[in-house]
Amino acid sequence: MDGFLSLFEQYDVAGAFWINIQLTFWAAIWSLLLGTLLALFRISPIASLQWFGATYVNIFRNTPLTIIIAFGVLALFGQLFVSLSEDFNLNFFRLAILGLSLYHAAFVCEAIRSGVNTVPLGQAEAARAIGLSFLPAARLIILPQAFRGAIAPLGNVLIALTKNSTVAAAGSVAESAGLMKTMIEFRSDMVIPIFFTFALGFVIIVIPIGLLTTWASKKLAVAR
Amino acid sequence: MTRDTQSGTPSSASNSPAQPLVSLKNVNKHFGELHVLKDINLEVARGEVVVVIGPSGSGKSTLCRAINRLETIDNGEIRIDGKVLPAEGKALAKLRADVGMVFQSFNLFAHKSILENVTLGPVKVKGMKVNAAKDLAMSLLKRVGVDNQAQKLPAQLSGGQQQRVAIARALAMQPKVMLFDEPTSALDPEMINEVLDAMVSLAKEGMTMIVVTHEMGFARKAADRVIFMADGQIVEQAKPEEFFTNPQSDRAKDFLGKILAH
Repeated sequence: MDGFLSLFEQYDVAGAFWINIQLTFWAAIWSLLLGTLLALFRISPIASLQWFGATYVNIFRNTPLTIIIAFGVLALFGQLFVSLSEDFNLNFFRLAILGLSLYHAAFVCEAIRSGVNTVPLGQAEAARAIGLSFLPAARLIILPQAFRGAIAPLGNVLIALTKNSTVAAAGSVAESAGLMKTMIEFRSDMVIPIFFTFALGFVIIVIPIGLLTTWASKKLAVAR
Repeated sequence: MTRDTQSGTPSSASNSPAQPLVSLKNVNKHFGELHVLKDINLEVARGEVVVVIGPSGSGKSTLCRAINRLETIDNGEIRIDGKVLPAEGKALAKLRADVGMVFQSFNLFAHKSILENVTLGPVKVKGMKVNAAKDLAMSLLKRVGVDNQAQKLPAQLSGGQQQRVAIARALAMQPKVMLFDEPTSALDPEMINEVLDAMVSLAKEGMTMIVVTHEMGFARKAADRVIFMADGQIVEQAKPEEFFTNPQSDRAKDFLGKILAH
């Protein structure tokens, strides 16, 4: 037991998880914004925007996240010298957020589109009939109802994002999966407890997200 | 003035009382193989109430929806108040604001209160001040008898109440013409009259109305003209009394025989 507790003195486990939480937080915001925009493209009446939205989703949804994150560090930064901060660590942190956001935006887009499918066609027709053009109709009538119908699938994307934030280790961000690897390397006497510690950490972070989105999806459901 | 201009340019003809408010010329539409509107010609005068009846699948709903371009047409021309219906974009939205529409399934905005349903159009489309829009909305809701429900959500109202709100929502845009697409078909029998009453009083006030319905009582009470459609064509049109007592075409006789048999 003492050996187990010494792990926490030796390594900043909570700090590593805090990095994952921050990665998740920022990537959630950016992917929500980008995913909403993509969903708007996909339901718009303009064929070229529909095409762009569909192409984006098919490319990013079908590419492994590890490749996207590694591309950020090795290609964007390493080859093309794209830098998002003067600070070395902050740069990798932001590149990881960029990769996570680009990847999860595809899933957010599809979650919102499934939400749009919960909105009866008559809602859009009524909006058009009182003289709203596409954007106001989407902003005032369709998307508010679509979001409320998409809370559960969006929650699933957020849960996946939380766990996928560990892939940022591939992008040289010192988060929990990276720390776990280090700890296993130096404390091979504690391999199994280390695994369980990190598994438990994620369960503790993710369970409230699931509970919250389930509650919110019921609470905010549009009565018809 | 030369002889040539006597036929009238669209701009000079606009707003003259003699000109039809709604006119359809040689309108055709297909759903795939199905020819749903066949060479439709129709003119509706200002203040006229036209009831469109016919068997299901006759194209009457499509006709109604084509007038504010919820359905596109293949060819032909539709004019509202002299202006050709624009294809898409801002111009179409602007024109739709002048055409009120009431749907079979009400289509009230499910996430907005009754009051918000009615104020949304005036505020967001016409740029009316929120307080002025609220006053207008309350007076319209009062007129259709649902002002005491203003703060509720649509799902909390009965079908008849929802449809009356839908009428108020359309009226809030101060439309030139109102389209009704089977407004009572989704209602329980005991709620049909409250909606029809609101429509009759609207007709009496001089609103131009195109009403797709099976309510013969409404047609007799409020319509200036009945149009009978079958298989995508206007088969017959006449004053209501004349049409119901002395239909000319076999299709109309057959149809009336079926619906009046019970």
